[in-house]
Amino acid sequence: MNPGKILLVEDNPDDVALTLRALKSHNITNDVVVAEDGAQALDYLFGTAGKSPAEKELPAVVLLDLKLPKVNGMEVLQRIRASEGTRLLPVVILTSSDEERDVIEGYSLGANSYVRKPVDFVEFTQAAKQLGLYWLLMNRAPPVPRRP
Amino acid sequence: MSVRDWPIKRRLTAILVSISGLVLLLTSAAFAGYQYWSLRQTTRDALSVRGRIIAANSTASLAFSNEAGARELLAALRADPHIVAAVLYDKVGHVFAAYPADVAGNAVPAAPGPDGYRFERGRLIGFQPVEEAGSQRLGTLYLASDLEAVYDTLRLSVVIGLAVMGVALLAAYLLSMVLQGTISQPILALAETAKAVSTRQDYSVRAPKLGEDELGALTDAFNQMLGRIEDQKDELQRHAADLERRVEERTHELQERNESLRRNAAELLAANTELDAFAYSVSHDLRAPLRSIDGFSQVLLEDYAAQLDEAGRESLHRVRAASQRMGTLIDDLLKLARVTRAEMRTEDVDLSGMARDIASELQRAAPERQVEFAIAAGLKARGDARLLRVALDNLLRNSWKYTAKRPGARVEFASVDANGGQAFAIRDNGAGFDMKYADKLFGVFQRLHSAAEFEGTGVGLATVRRIINRHGGRIWAEGAVDQGATFYFTL
Repeated sequence: MNPGKILLVEDNPDDVALTLRALKSHNITNDVVVAEDGAQALDYLFGTAGKSPAEKELPAVVLLDLKLPKVNGMEVLQRIRASEGTRLLPVVILTSSDEERDVIEGYSLGANSYVRKPVDFVEFTQAAKQLGLYWLLMNRAPPVPRRP
Repeated sequence: MSVRDWPIKRRLTAILVSISGLVLLLTSAAFAGYQYWSLRQTTRDALSVRGRIIAANSTASLAFSNEAGARELLAALRADPHIVAAVLYDKVGHVFAAYPADVAGNAVPAAPGPDGYRFERGRLIGFQPVEEAGSQRLGTLYLASDLEAVYDTLRLSVVIGLAVMGVALLAAYLLSMVLQGTISQPILALAETAKAVSTRQDYSVRAPKLGEDELGALTDAFNQMLGRIEDQKDELQRHAADLERRVEERTHELQERNESLRRNAAELLAANTELDAFAYSVSHDLRAPLRSIDGFSQVLLEDYAAQLDEAGRESLHRVRAASQRMGTLIDDLLKLARVTRAEMRTEDVDLSGMARDIASELQRAAPERQVEFAIAAGLKARGDARLLRVALDNLLRNSWKYTAKRPGARVEFASVDANGGQAFAIRDNGAGFDMKYADKLFGVFQRLHSAAEFEGTGVGLATVRRIINRHGGRIWAEGAVDQGATFYFTL
């Protein structure tokens, strides 16, 4: 399986636990980095003042919640698309709501997919499986740009 | 300045003076003519009398050819300075004696003319036969008199006449000056009043009435007219003021209404914004805990199934079912809120095509069911396609659901006549409902069936009604228990 990491941006620990369980139950064993809010996600991707980016390597896919403390999901997405290094990074919006305006805004800002988390955990597990299979296995990742 | 432009005073005076002048002139002329004629008559009569006297006295001189006596006789005519010539002719017509003695031969006729007295070349002349009573003619007397006496008298008459006329004209002028006022003053007063009315637009002035004659009547009529104009003007002004007041009132009312509308709109906007924020928050936040409840129940079922007995597992299944139902409920409520908030885009909508799509969707989702769809062709409406689809979907899905236990299930979509207008009807032969609950059908969370009988959240028909209402239409239902139901709506 693709050794790429998954960046899970999710503030709700229950959702984190359930997502991790759902991924694991389908044998998706890739490393999952959890960012509990938008600021942490940006820190992970771009580094903060005085700190170099935690990883030289970009995640294979970002699972991005929208309603997040500090910096919300849309802003994170905007920053990812605005930066040369992360412009092509696959971003899947994984969130509770399927409000039309969120869907439209998400795609407008360049999300690769929009998935609504189902209440039914069985369905949720299925969705996680499909996501993992698709983005980590089926999808050919964009070439990683050289970092300055 | 022509006479027509003269002030009326001057014209009246001129008329009066010229009429009196003309009358005086004519009278004087007639009198003078008559006097002239009567003076001539008198003069001629006097001369003829004088002629007859001299003729009578000269018979002897002629009969005896006494020239000296005849001359003496004629010389007596000196007493009358107007006798310019006198000649006594003998029987054969020769001059016998003449007066004055030195009269030029050509100044008197050489021979007597026809008898009688006449005016000739500014003189009065006469030939008087000289006869002895009852005997033959002895000769002829010629007398010539100037007319100075007549002219003197005439001149005097003319002088007197002119003097009288002058005095009379002066009197007429003075009198007319006084009398014309009775006519001109009311007219001038009228003119003055009319001028005041026209320049100042003041209809309250009145012309003074100076008598009961025709001018008085005219003044009365004029004043009456002014009064009527003034009344009408006042009324007009009252109407205008009334109108203005009413316009102001209406404007004020409209402004107030506008203001209240604006406030309402602002309130509505605020409410909508709030609802929007609320729905958004519900959409995100309310479902997350449900997911945890369902998820961790499943975790328990998967990882700890061995530690749980049948009752424990059953409880967890119930927890999961409940949280999922609540998820559906939240979704339905969000749909209802969305239907309220969504912006309307009006277009032509093919309801028949839409109904066919929904029917085949339902059929695909449950291929084991046998339901006959009878969808009339060509049903069209104007409205928001997305909202109308939600409404049709809810109604057809309802029919689909409530005919689940009916063999030979049939769902119909048609256009019907309702009070002269077009209505759409969705009819099924399913479970139906009791008409006494008909008014509860469209309320949120109102259900006429238990969840065990038929699943549902009680939000669908509320959503449909809201959509129909937003289109300005009406929705109602008819049915009977186990006899099926018909839902009607207008758009």
